[in-house]
Amino acid sequence: MSDVTASATAMDKDKMTSDKSQTSSKKQREQAPASLNMNELRELAELVNEHGFTDFEFENENIRVRLSKMTATQVVQAVQPAPVAQSAAPAAAEAATPSAAEVEEESLIKITSPIVGTFYRSPSPDKEPYVKEGTTVTPDTVVCIVEAMKLMNEIQAETTGEIVKVYVENGQPVEYGQPLFGIKK
Amino acid sequence: MKMKTREIRKILIANRGEIACRIIWTCKEMGIKTVAVHSEADREALHVRYADEAVCIGPPSSAQSYLNIPAIISAAEVTNVDAIHPGYGFLAESSTFATICEDCNIKFIGPKATVIAMMGDKVEARRAMSAAGVPILPGSPDPIESADEAKKFAKEIGLPVIIKAAAGGGGRGMRIVRTHEELAGQLEVAQSEALAAFKNGAVYIERYIERPRHIEIQVLADEYGNCIHLGERECTIQRRHQKLLEEAPSPVITPEQREAMGAVAVNACKKIGYSSAGTFEFLLDEDGRFYFMEMNTRIQVEHPVTEMVTLADIVRNQIKIAEGEDMSYRQEELQIVGHSIECRINAEDPVTFVPSPGKITAFNIPGGPGVRVDTAVYPGYVVPPYYDSMIAKLIVHARTRELAIARMQRALDMMVVEGIKTTIPLHKKIMADEKFQKGDFSTKFMEEFKY
Repeated sequence: MSDVTASATAMDKDKMTSDKSQTSSKKQREQAPASLNMNELRELAELVNEHGFTDFEFENENIRVRLSKMTATQVVQAVQPAPVAQSAAPAAAEAATPSAAEVEEESLIKITSPIVGTFYRSPSPDKEPYVKEGTTVTPDTVVCIVEAMKLMNEIQAETTGEIVKVYVENGQPVEYGQPLFGIKK
Repeated sequence: MKMKTREIRKILIANRGEIACRIIWTCKEMGIKTVAVHSEADREALHVRYADEAVCIGPPSSAQSYLNIPAIISAAEVTNVDAIHPGYGFLAESSTFATICEDCNIKFIGPKATVIAMMGDKVEARRAMSAAGVPILPGSPDPIESADEAKKFAKEIGLPVIIKAAAGGGGRGMRIVRTHEELAGQLEVAQSEALAAFKNGAVYIERYIERPRHIEIQVLADEYGNCIHLGERECTIQRRHQKLLEEAPSPVITPEQREAMGAVAVNACKKIGYSSAGTFEFLLDEDGRFYFMEMNTRIQVEHPVTEMVTLADIVRNQIKIAEGEDMSYRQEELQIVGHSIECRINAEDPVTFVPSPGKITAFNIPGGPGVRVDTAVYPGYVVPPYYDSMIAKLIVHARTRELAIARMQRALDMMVVEGIKTTIPLHKKIMADEKFQKGDFSTKFMEEFKY
């Protein structure tokens, strides 16, 4: 069993979330790898994906790993806090090898957030979402709300097509340029 | 000893580059969480890497990102920060931004918005400083109406004088007058130039100093009216009003002058209700008299030289002041130890100053005794073309000015930057310059300097 699987199993048992409990972080420190290679990163990403998490963070004295599910392909950022004099250029690597599904993913048109704020799928908590997977949109279709500074900004599709992917969760903070929906023309 | 009025656990840094990193370093030392905001062009920036959280706030242009108040405030809200540190430049001296932070219950790390506004208005600042007993350059308080009025002022102020456009700058509508005979003629020329350039022919007259030195005083004030100064910085070596290098203490300022300038600055701070870090910029004339130029209501680029000789951490002080702590330092405790020099390393051609953005293929930071480098650059980093060209500040500290110059020469030799052009060769030449080594220079130094 590789180090990552072992620690993944340990983490799985401890119900890994971004808040680490005292006992689980102790276990992690004992099994903590000094670094992660590509295979280990891929396995870690698959495990996290399997359990349906959108954000995962792990840190010990040697390494900090953050997995953020922004698109169907996971973007892995492994950051080692090295002195600036050494090559500290961060590595952002694709977790999985390109597949047919991912190639198709790349051809989707993305609706991205034009502002920083909080993403909401419906006009208000008790109403239906503006759009769902399968909904057809035109340029004027309101697809979601991004709330910024207490102002509800209606975001329009600005394109025609069918919603096939929703990349963010209701109530999630979004940044400028962050993909919200994937559209197939 | 007053208790803190607020706990700052998380700070958003509304800036980029080396100052964003600088703020993150102190936050890390204080156990404060950090949020970096960045444009799309800065995704791989060092401040983004080292902050605990990062939020992309806009496309590359500064106006749509680092100057975009709604985006920054929104980022502050979604990350739930307690305070915003504006750094220098960008929104650091925007009273609008400071006001909005106050309205949104986010602590702006700096003085009150009203004080920022007052010191940002050149006319208001002069009035306030004059009322606070700060020497200002003798000049006409209102625009000159006639040649006779101009003659009267010139006699009062003493020659040489400079005629300046009220509505603008950049050298247009400006004329230096050295004899009484040429005054009327130069006044007319200046007025028509001002009218053509700024649609406003109003001009002022001010005493002109031929060979001034630029001396500035660092102040620190808490929110209870306590204020101290941390001594002076010499910032005379400039090119087109851009500082190239700075040092502390000044090679020409005596302890008596330091005490006098410091007292004037501290007193003015108390009068205007200043808080946080700030800098008073003075012009020193050939006779050692000093005159107020302007006040910068923020941390400055060259703050490290003051930190080296006083062992202060100015960012730390700013955060503590923002938390409502009272100033526990007394002026008598201030000690200036040794000499510090800072060279601003820019991504520019050292001779033509043409910007040189691009990928840095090799980057060696000098180390060893008394060397500090503030930078956001790393090997493989691509210097973007959208922002200012400074890539690093090389700072040295040694027992004497002579030793500091030798140390700076050594450090410049060890600093290797490949892939882009930098001003390192220019700094080496300045350090080797006889006039510079003697400490004998004015703001005219770079005009007379031969590369």
